[in-house]
Amino acid sequence: MAKILPLSEAIAEFVRDGDTIALEGFTHLIPYAAGHEIIRQKRRNLTLIRMTPDVLYDQMIGAGCATNLRFSWGGNPGVGSLHRLRDAVEKSWPQPLAIEEHEHAGMAVAYAAGASHLPFGILRGYAGTDLTPHTTVQFIDCPFTGEKLAAVKAIRPDVTVIHAQKADSKGNVLLWGIVGAQKEAVMAAERAIVTVEEIVDKLDAPPNAVILPTWILSAVSEVKHGAFPSYTHGYYPRNNAFYKQWDVISKDRDTFLAWIDKHIMKTKDFDEFRRSVGVA
Amino acid sequence: MAEATYTSDEMMTIAAARMVRNGTSLFVGIGLPSAAANLARLTHAPDTILIYESGTIGTKPNVLPLSIGDGELAETSDTVVGIVEIFNYWLMGGKIGLGFLGAAQIDKFANINSTVIGPYGRPKVRLPGAGGAPAIAASCGEVLVTLRHSPKAFVEKLDFRTSSGHMEGGDSREKMRFPGKGPVAVITDLGVLTPDPVTKELVLTSVHPGVTVEQVVAATGWPLKVASEVKTTPLPTATELQVLRDLNERTAKAHAGQA
Repeated sequence: MAKILPLSEAIAEFVRDGDTIALEGFTHLIPYAAGHEIIRQKRRNLTLIRMTPDVLYDQMIGAGCATNLRFSWGGNPGVGSLHRLRDAVEKSWPQPLAIEEHEHAGMAVAYAAGASHLPFGILRGYAGTDLTPHTTVQFIDCPFTGEKLAAVKAIRPDVTVIHAQKADSKGNVLLWGIVGAQKEAVMAAERAIVTVEEIVDKLDAPPNAVILPTWILSAVSEVKHGAFPSYTHGYYPRNNAFYKQWDVISKDRDTFLAWIDKHIMKTKDFDEFRRSVGVA
Repeated sequence: MAEATYTSDEMMTIAAARMVRNGTSLFVGIGLPSAAANLARLTHAPDTILIYESGTIGTKPNVLPLSIGDGELAETSDTVVGIVEIFNYWLMGGKIGLGFLGAAQIDKFANINSTVIGPYGRPKVRLPGAGGAPAIAASCGEVLVTLRHSPKAFVEKLDFRTSSGHMEGGDSREKMRFPGKGPVAVITDLGVLTPDPVTKELVLTSVHPGVTVEQVVAATGWPLKVASEVKTTPLPTATELQVLRDLNERTAKAHAGQA
């Protein structure tokens, strides 16, 4: 059964230095509040996994939380580069970041394999691309047809963190809209933390809705607007203007550090963070 | 003939949109392809089924998405599926007729680079990377590529091959047994290139109005093959221009308006 905890306690209990951690959410439902709390609690030496490391991972990498990154598309969507990610890879600031770069389809099957407790996922992919020498993929022969297929090592995070619309008072979680690889990432992980917009008495979800039952989760925390500046379908839209501003904030190391210090390290929680950036 | 005034980017988007047959299932990349795909849907190809890798199927966005997973895409879709399903069942499962990709670099066999300019370890420009592009390039029935024409983009040798076009030409793609046929056209701001049926090398087959063959050759980083008869792309129609401009205007308004 998931514990219903304040986010700071959930991160303190379930995210440890050196963990392999996936904060998933494909543009939608990105768990910003949880990522900020990881920065605030100064977790170090994390191996970050995420299909689309966007602004949240840029913040975590620049703040010194990570030594490794496994991903398949690293950018600020519709805006440009992730300056902190680039600075870490190219100039080892604030520390070296080793990257393992994939294609989306490979990450998807690797999550599915992780959730299935299989050692690898399989696909027709990577062949003919220059990704192969820069990533961990092996080509194997299909035992039935002889066709060459790509095998990608399963993703088995120590902990997965996601954001969702709602949980009930027992900690059963409901999410909808663009649901990405969240279900697979949660089911592949040893521990799972979910932040939700609200905890309600009853979910009233139809059958086949994406529900993550409380007994496969470690903790559920209520954090209103916990996906800002990403969005929560049915609650608030994506703040595209923030994504554009991030390009300016993150370009320069000092500006970035000052921003992290003022808005994350010197705020006590996500509510205060949102007030400090003028959106609450 | 009324002299329309339009930009070369508008011509590119319109020429790319015209390539989409009505009723096609179309896997759309973000940026230039997304604009062209939606223009097609809003003009001659209203029954086109747009699919974005965020899992939105049959989406009909009123404004162009800034990201591949904007809420607009989910709200206006027929259905939304998870990432594993969209890649495994829909894309790699061979359900998609046409893929539409952008690129930073392209070579003469329409292989594309969206990963890095310069060496991988010491990039001059670091791009976001593969995303869904390799699977789109391999698995869709056919592929369209759209990008602006310049010697820096149309290169003899890619700095990084992110997604496969016709590989080394000839039957080299066929030997890979990819499910899809690969690129059938490359649409730029200067003209349209299509692969030779045998060698698979890109050939200039159409120039946009006012563009000369010499201009396109000069903007290409390899000795560009030119068709014996180069067509001129028909001018943008008033309707095409109006619909594209309205779409861009709605999009700009939607993305600027938030705190």
